[in-house]
Amino acid sequence: MNDLLAARTQMALSLGFHIVFAEIGIAMPLLMVLAEWRWRRTGDPALRELAHRWAKGTAILFAVGAVSGTVLSFELGLLWPGFMRLAGPLIGMPFSLEGFAFFLEAIFLGVYLYGWERVSPRMHLGAGLIVAASGATSAVFVVMVNAWMNTPVGYRLAANGALADIDPLLAMRSPAAFQQILHMLLASYAATGLAVAGVHALMLLRGRGSALHRHALTIALVIGAPAAVLQPLSGDISARVVATTQPVKLAALEGQWETVRGAPLRVGGWPDAAREETRWALEIPHGLSLLAYHDPDARVQGLRDVARADRPPVAVVHLAFQVMVALGSAMALVALAAGWAALRRGQVHERRWLLLALAVVAPFGYLATEAGWIVTEVGRQPWVVQGLMRTEDAVTPMPGLIVPMLLFTLLYLFLGAIVVALMTSLVRETRPA
Amino acid sequence: MSALLAGAGLQELAALVLVVGLNAYVLTGGADFGGGVWDLLAWGPRRAAQRALIARSIGPIWEANHVWLVLVVVVLFTAFPAVFATLGIVLHVPLSLMLLGIVLRGSSFVFRSYGTSGGAGRARWGRVFAISSVITPLMLGICVGAIASGAVGAAAQRLPARGSVPAPSFRELFVDPWLAPFPVAVGAMALAMFAFLAAVYLAAATRDEKLRGDFRRRAIGANVALFVVSFAALWLAGSEAPEVRHALMHGPAVALQGAIAIAAVSSLGALAARRHPLARAAAAAQVTLILWGWVVVQYPMLLPPLHTVRSAAAPEVTLRLLALALGGGAVVLLPSLAYLYRTFARVEERGVDAAGRGAPGGP
Ligand code: HDD
Ligand code: HEM
Ligand code: HEM
Repeated sequence: MNDLLAARTQMALSLGFHIVFAEIGIAMPLLMVLAEWRWRRTGDPALRELAHRWAKGTAILFAVGAVSGTVLSFELGLLWPGFMRLAGPLIGMPFSLEGFAFFLEAIFLGVYLYGWERVSPRMHLGAGLIVAASGATSAVFVVMVNAWMNTPVGYRLAANGALADIDPLLAMRSPAAFQQILHMLLASYAATGLAVAGVHALMLLRGRGSALHRHALTIALVIGAPAAVLQPLSGDISARVVATTQPVKLAALEGQWETVRGAPLRVGGWPDAAREETRWALEIPHGLSLLAYHDPDARVQGLRDVARADRPPVAVVHLAFQVMVALGSAMALVALAAGWAALRRGQVHERRWLLLALAVVAPFGYLATEAGWIVTEVGRQPWVVQGLMRTEDAVTPMPGLIVPMLLFTLLYLFLGAIVVALMTSLVRETRPA
Repeated sequence: MSALLAGAGLQELAALVLVVGLNAYVLTGGADFGGGVWDLLAWGPRRAAQRALIARSIGPIWEANHVWLVLVVVVLFTAFPAVFATLGIVLHVPLSLMLLGIVLRGSSFVFRSYGTSGGAGRARWGRVFAISSVITPLMLGICVGAIASGAVGAAAQRLPARGSVPAPSFRELFVDPWLAPFPVAVGAMALAMFAFLAAVYLAAATRDEKLRGDFRRRAIGANVALFVVSFAALWLAGSEAPEVRHALMHGPAVALQGAIAIAAVSSLGALAARRHPLARAAAAAQVTLILWGWVVVQYPMLLPPLHTVRSAAAPEVTLRLLALALGGGAVVLLPSLAYLYRTFARVEERGVDAAGRGAPGGP
């Protein structure tokens, strides 16, 4: 493995690890606050118990999210000094604002977790709401940075290769920003909402402490199901923006090699980079043109029009996209079914098939998120900043990068295993601590 | 100070924010790491009570305190991107080790507090927590020492152009600049400083007289250790960082050293007199002055001998927007922080059991 590949692997791993905790950190406070609010309204002790248990889980997950995020902010310099030297002044703004969002999040999480007996009920709920809001805010800011990497604006390229006349505020509103932020926020609520719903559905299926699990299921679905239903629509918006702003990425995620009018939509299939064709796909005529441009005969650029050195690894991107769409479709269907059941009879908890389906889709949101980020990031290769800087020019000159990569891989595997073990025992626990 | 800031512009303001942020981190987050050091060194009949006090004082605030470091990093890469890039390259190894420490400290702390495993599991996490609390300050100090000595800047000047055969060896470029006596002495200073702060804060945070005594003695010991390693660092600077040594012995730094001595004597005196709030203030002043000593010695260099504050700064627009963002952020941040600290000022009033358990679940 060469140094560049090691750096890319380490970055991908760190981000792939962090994003799960970030999604939890965005959505979980909302669930927690809803449970506490319902408890304060109804006085039902099961809700109180639920709020406490969710808070306990969130405390663990948030800490892991915070430390893994810290690693990321350093890794930008440890692995990609070239990128930061070039882009720091332009994209530092959202990162700095994100810093304040982190502060608010950490401060009020402290108040929320340790303040049950110390602050008034209203202040306690308020603290929870601030945590929920600042989690979402930090996602908005950091995704702005990523959107800029995909569709860079707000600068002029000077003769010496540096950026001149920079406009950091414009960079925050790059063409990809809005739809990526929307998609990311929905992803957080859908993934975490359905994951929590799935866990409690499983407990209901096993007949454990049902009052608590019933409340939990309801609250998680209230957050997760609408987001899961909206996510494919938001994904469609994303795809259309990608089509106009990043045609090479679109071609890669669809496995489209030839530039044609009326391009088909491919389901499945394996893009063969050597033969420059995608085989074994189910092709829906005109589907891609229709979806990406809302015109069945729109022209779609193919990968053959792009120099080989400028193409991303097509197979990975195409596969990841298929995985995301498949998982997203399954989630949306289950969410619709749950909504339907709730509207018809008001009882989701009684239907075993639905509980089973919820338990099955529980991990789908996080898997779809990983897949989606692979689409976005690998689909941008070989560029770290689309059309402006190549990843190989951004990487640190330090040799031997495989060592830190392996070290952090081990660390994350270890932490991941512990977090899973702790969460499992937390869910199983029958008595409150 | 006014002479230092004469003709100051946005660049100097950004640098000032860096120092203030680092200062806040040292006084808050640094003390949290120091708490971990005392967890490692807990001994005597009240060992368990010491650990419980440490856990309870850190619990609600360490994540907020930790964000100061994140703020320093983002301000650094926004305002001085070239310096951030160079530090990332030359100090890759110690910074990675520091990150390892940060990750293990934070996660083992919550695993220990909220874990459902029994006493043995807790003890194991406690060990990880304590050891990683030592690694991080050491590495942080080493990085500071390596920057101050000029070795990082010198190594950066020798970085080979990409693709060429690297003339200097890996060791010369990526190890020697920081794994040297002077940076290591500064690392030991950071460790002693954080442990000192933690002991002073802990003594002030409890009303249990015996426990107070434990931490009072530890605080005095740590301050003596700090004195010793500071002298070692000064002595080593003679050969490895002559500029630092020279600057420390002349000009405004001399007055600053006098002030440090006064603060050190006051904190020791206040500890001996059991005036804990006073000791806390004096200790914070002492540590703050030490940090500013570094700043005064180095200014206007940001990364000696390569970059000054001015030469490394980002364009004017960025700095102006950053100043606005920081100003606006401070308006929200400072009252929130005050609220947090006020809410948790007295740890023993909180309804948690002596083992520091069950805090978020509440009683
Ligand atoms: C719960 C998770 C989840 C689900 C169910 C989906 N996605 Fe997604 N997708 C993400 C989570 C995600 C993400 C959060 O991982 C990404 C990565 C970057 C981004 O903005 O969102 C993403 C990126 C992403 C992109 C690339 C955007 C870019 O590079 O700018 C496209 C085109 C889609 N998605 C399209 C879809 C479609 C058509 C879906 C239909 C079901 C879908 N996504 C479901
Ligand atoms: C929103 C903030 C994000 C930023 C600023 C960001 C930034 C970066 C940078 C600088 C690189 C290295 C250069 C490159 O390979 O292009 C990278 C690569 C990568 N990132 Fe992201 N990233 C973000 C989010 C994510 C997330 C959440 C994931 C989740 C899995 C992710 C997955 C990856 C992958 C897989 C790579 C390697 C791509 C490759 O080299 O083939 N990214 N990212
Ligand atoms: C290069 C990319 C990224 C960097 C440098 C980064 C940095 C950080 C840092 C430093 C923290 C810790 C704050 C603290 O101490 O409390 C953090 C936490 C967090 N990050 Fe990231 N992050 C990145 C990507 C992302 C992405 C893609 C998202 C989500 C969309 C995200 C959302 C969050 C959230 C919600 C938290 C709060 C902690 C938690 O809930 O677990 N971050 N991040």
